[in-house]
Amino acid sequence: MAEFTLPKNSKVKAGKTVLAAAGAKRARRVVIYRWDPDSGENPRLDTFEIDLDKCGPMVLDAIIHIKNDLDPTLSFRRSCREGICGSCAMNIDGTNTLACTVATASIKGDVKIYPLPHMPVQKDLVPDLTHFFAQYASIKPWLQTDTAPPDRERLQTKEDRAKIDGLYECILCACCSTSCPSYWWNSERYLGPAVLLQAYRWLVDSRDEATGERLDNLEDPFRLYRCHTIMNCAKTCPKGLNPAKAIAEIKKMMVSRTL
Amino acid sequence: MSLRSDLGRVKGLGSAKAGVHHWRLQRLTALALVPLSLWFVASLMCVFKASHAEVVQWVAQPHVTVLLLALSIALFWHLTLGVQVVIEDYVRTPWKQVVGQVLLRAGAGLGGLLAVVSILKISLGLN
Repeated sequence: MAEFTLPKNSKVKAGKTVLAAAGAKRARRVVIYRWDPDSGENPRLDTFEIDLDKCGPMVLDAIIHIKNDLDPTLSFRRSCREGICGSCAMNIDGTNTLACTVATASIKGDVKIYPLPHMPVQKDLVPDLTHFFAQYASIKPWLQTDTAPPDRERLQTKEDRAKIDGLYECILCACCSTSCPSYWWNSERYLGPAVLLQAYRWLVDSRDEATGERLDNLEDPFRLYRCHTIMNCAKTCPKGLNPAKAIAEIKKMMVSRTL
Repeated sequence: MSLRSDLGRVKGLGSAKAGVHHWRLQRLTALALVPLSLWFVASLMCVFKASHAEVVQWVAQPHVTVLLLALSIALFWHLTLGVQVVIEDYVRTPWKQVVGQVLLRAGAGLGGLLAVVSILKISLGLN
């Protein structure tokens, strides 16, 4: 059966509190999940009371401030700080999102930050995405053709190009897949919303010639059909995309080739 | 601990090349159950206060018999498809998975047969 309680050594305990907002006009408590694989200790929740006037406006700015000035051992991924690299995906205020695109002021109460749910944690806010990216590789996310390469660009009508709008914008931050209960329970076989959205991005690309093989690869009770249209993926996507719709379109393609 | 590559693990045994049939049947039975259930509930309200003989007479009408049979088959089929997915989702131990699926099919199959035989028995007057 699925496990509904955390194992003993994964139970989250209270951690330290760092007060660094003396005299602050805009003080804010940031509660962060911490876990260090080398310490052998249980995960804990550290609380940092910070002065919002000492850092930038986004949650990412707040945790960079904490790492720079209060606790250099805090680990998290970040790169572009403008919502295009997907590195700083984490669970903020109960929702998977990008720390760099959420304003700290938009969160009511304490700012609670956890790593992406139901993934192995490497340290603090850094999840192990190895399996997620192996699943991405399994759908062969590149253009496949049998026709000899043309001497120039592969042409596409404006209408066909429009079909990959809402798909090509995916930055593979894994917010959607890690918000999906079906992916939580069956991620070893279910590809999850992010990878299926990417699969559809290639299925619907008019320049691709491997549509049949791609559908063959997805035609599986677990790889594709574990999607139960829970819709957490569409709700949480920080780029405003709709993976559930892409999955529904794949299911329609599956049926249409049997009719 | 396994030294298998991540991609090898994801590819696993490959695609089962199945699932479309299940998906389509689940939706078709769901669609069929909408009018059938509405008709059944409305009909029950009509015969709610009728005597036993009147209800038997109602069931024995050919169109009622056919609709009741269709309802029973669609219902038990849809139930099997739905619970199958629940078992697949939540039961992780392989032998429990197999036992669960077999018990489900046995239970739903016998339940469906019982419904069909009972309706036919009443309809054909084999009392």
